[in-house]
Amino acid sequence: MARQYLLGNEAIAHAALEGGVGFVAGYPGTPSSEVIDLLRARRPEGVHVEWSTNEKVAFENALAAAWCGVRALFTTKHVGLNVAADPLMTSAYTGVTGGFVVLSADDPFAHSSQNEQDSRLYAAMAGLPCLDPGTIEEAHAMLRDAFALSEEFGLPVLFRPTTRICHSKADVELGPVPSVHREPAFVRDPRQYVVVPAHTRVLHRRLNEKQAVVRARLAGLGLNTGEIRGCRAVVAGGVAAEYVREVLPDGVSLFVVRAYPVDPGQLQSFCLEHEEVLVVEEGAPVLEDEVKRAAGSVPVYGKRTGHVPGEGELSPALVRAALASAGFVEKAPPAPPAPVEGLPPRPPILCAGCMHRAVFYAMKRVFREGIFPSDIGCYTLGLQLGTVDTTICMGASITIGSGIAQTVGGDVVATIGDSTFLHTGLPGLVNAVYNGANMVLVILDNRVTAMTGHQPNPTTGVTATGEERPKVSLEALCRACGVEWVETVDPYDLPGLIATLREVRAKKGVRVVIAKKPCVIVERRARVKRPRLEVDPSACSGCRTCLRFGCPAIAFEGKKASITDLCSGCGVCASLCPEGAIGKESRPPAPAAPSGGGA
Amino acid sequence: MSFDLLIVGVGGQGTILASNILGRATLEEGRSVRGAETHGMAQRGGSVECHLRIDGRYGPLVDPGTADLLIAFDLLEAVRYLHFLRPGGRVVTSTGIITPTTVFSQGLPMPTSDECLARLAPFRPLAIDTAALAREAGSELAQNVVLIGASSHHLPLRESSLLAAIERSVPPKTVEVNRRAFALGRAAGAPSP
Repeated sequence: MARQYLLGNEAIAHAALEGGVGFVAGYPGTPSSEVIDLLRARRPEGVHVEWSTNEKVAFENALAAAWCGVRALFTTKHVGLNVAADPLMTSAYTGVTGGFVVLSADDPFAHSSQNEQDSRLYAAMAGLPCLDPGTIEEAHAMLRDAFALSEEFGLPVLFRPTTRICHSKADVELGPVPSVHREPAFVRDPRQYVVVPAHTRVLHRRLNEKQAVVRARLAGLGLNTGEIRGCRAVVAGGVAAEYVREVLPDGVSLFVVRAYPVDPGQLQSFCLEHEEVLVVEEGAPVLEDEVKRAAGSVPVYGKRTGHVPGEGELSPALVRAALASAGFVEKAPPAPPAPVEGLPPRPPILCAGCMHRAVFYAMKRVFREGIFPSDIGCYTLGLQLGTVDTTICMGASITIGSGIAQTVGGDVVATIGDSTFLHTGLPGLVNAVYNGANMVLVILDNRVTAMTGHQPNPTTGVTATGEERPKVSLEALCRACGVEWVETVDPYDLPGLIATLREVRAKKGVRVVIAKKPCVIVERRARVKRPRLEVDPSACSGCRTCLRFGCPAIAFEGKKASITDLCSGCGVCASLCPEGAIGKESRPPAPAAPSGGGA
Repeated sequence: MSFDLLIVGVGGQGTILASNILGRATLEEGRSVRGAETHGMAQRGGSVECHLRIDGRYGPLVDPGTADLLIAFDLLEAVRYLHFLRPGGRVVTSTGIITPTTVFSQGLPMPTSDECLARLAPFRPLAIDTAALAREAGSELAQNVVLIGASSHHLPLRESSLLAAIERSVPPKTVEVNRRAFALGRAAGAPSP
């Protein structure tokens, strides 16, 4: 097969098929989402592919498939592994029969995340092997082979790509996809699958006994390799190893780690050949600590000694600076040119016509002194509109909201998306009702998991592979949780939205408003057309009320507002203009705006 | 040594398609390539950057002060990423500017087109009215291919490889429009005799 220019996640998805995967489950999260998106688009025969409702649910489904002897893949972003941590820890005890790969994509620099945690630490805590590729080609080969490795050890294997693997591209050669015919069967064995204390103590001992076997086998695979070229050495892992290879001076040794746990003997014999060792890695100082344990009296530099940044992602320039600070190169590299200052920033913003903006605007109007806990999704961008006061993790809008309401009282209005509500919002809602919190919950229901790339969820009415299913009723769910006051509103109807929020404000207990409207990007792709809006310049007083709405389609030139081609025709700005100067455009609707495509 | 470039713009303008075309053109010539892209939330109308390393063999990232070429879909974004260019590097940019919402919402000063072009001057900018040329080619959505045509004089890739990659990267119905867009961009970017 010829070489192709592929996204890391594309190569990983294909590698799973090459490795004979039969069951795939995950929850979308940047930078992991495209692995399942590509598999579900391909609809491989005989492979079950699902978007689950959260990572714990996905992990357990995939684990069960592996217990039935099928090769299984679970995908998540790093913070999703926290949600799945409960089954992860004990799955190391139970082990697996079918190969089980736990893909947890880390996001150094938090490009699209709430923290920079390091999945390698989970592998160490659980006692599982961890594969940490440095290039897309390595990721492809290592993921393909990880299923067999998992079966050999009888353990889940943690696979940890980072953003610069998942969302980078390279020329890759894909391999053939075998036709897999396994007869799945659940073989009853309570001593393995029922972790009561008497069983689990035995399983724990077995897990500990496996560690030496795993270390020796990984060392034998040749994934961790060193080359001695001088009296100083760099030990590097992940994509950082590539940055090191790019800038490493002649005469400095290099040891590259791609698999954990590292064999301490191998690491020790390498370190003892050198006078100083610098460890370069992204994330936590996981490798640094292993090197330190192995290096004896040889000085080890890294994050803990301040030679390598303790946070963010690395780059060739940062590795050069680390080499200089450790004294591995003579001269410090010249300071890079500084960016031009004083340019207006261009942060990501809610799209023109996004229903979240209308809801946030109405909330601000009605609850002037309100506290606004929010959640993880596109709507976190409501921060710019002053209606996102807290965001910590999936589902926490409701629980942080009820906690604040129980502590300080006042108007507490939490916002959460449909997918996030089903992910981990529900238990918090049951809790808020049960414990008598006084709060409003607004569910921003755009019928899709938008931010990560418009994956379907149980409110969409289709599965990952496009089969139709009944749509879950959020209204019925809320009522079943014991919420007495539930109202569904059209967020484009600003006066109606404001009236509903005013009515809600006067009530007590947990109240739920469901603002329901399909995501504007989904509508555009479905070629839904609405006439655009325009400003009548003779009626515009230049009061800037519409500008404060924050829609990217509203511009201001001269002393008048105007509406640009970005307008999607939601019409909300027309109802907030005090002069009535905004109305529907007389021209025919515009063609769909570009969104990442060509002509 | 790799030939390193950045493709920058506003989320939704098609920077990733442009990066795909250049990546595939590199493969047409049997050479290695590395790229890095912006995905996820930053795509929502935010400033986006694609790094591309033709003949790249290591990681995908291009360091500030080292890029050989900057291709910008927006004049303001050209200025924002200018510090990535090495001395003697070149910039090929659209003359179009989308005013960031922060200018209106926070009352921030917005540089004029002339001020932006003056900033670019040390890098001998090639500024192209991509919207007009794309319309002439048959679709305003072909601006990214116009820019590739204009940049082709500064890329270490053959015209035939670029055209083959365009054909393989755009929807089949739009191949003709995009071929015209490439030709118009290439003509507009031709070094003056």
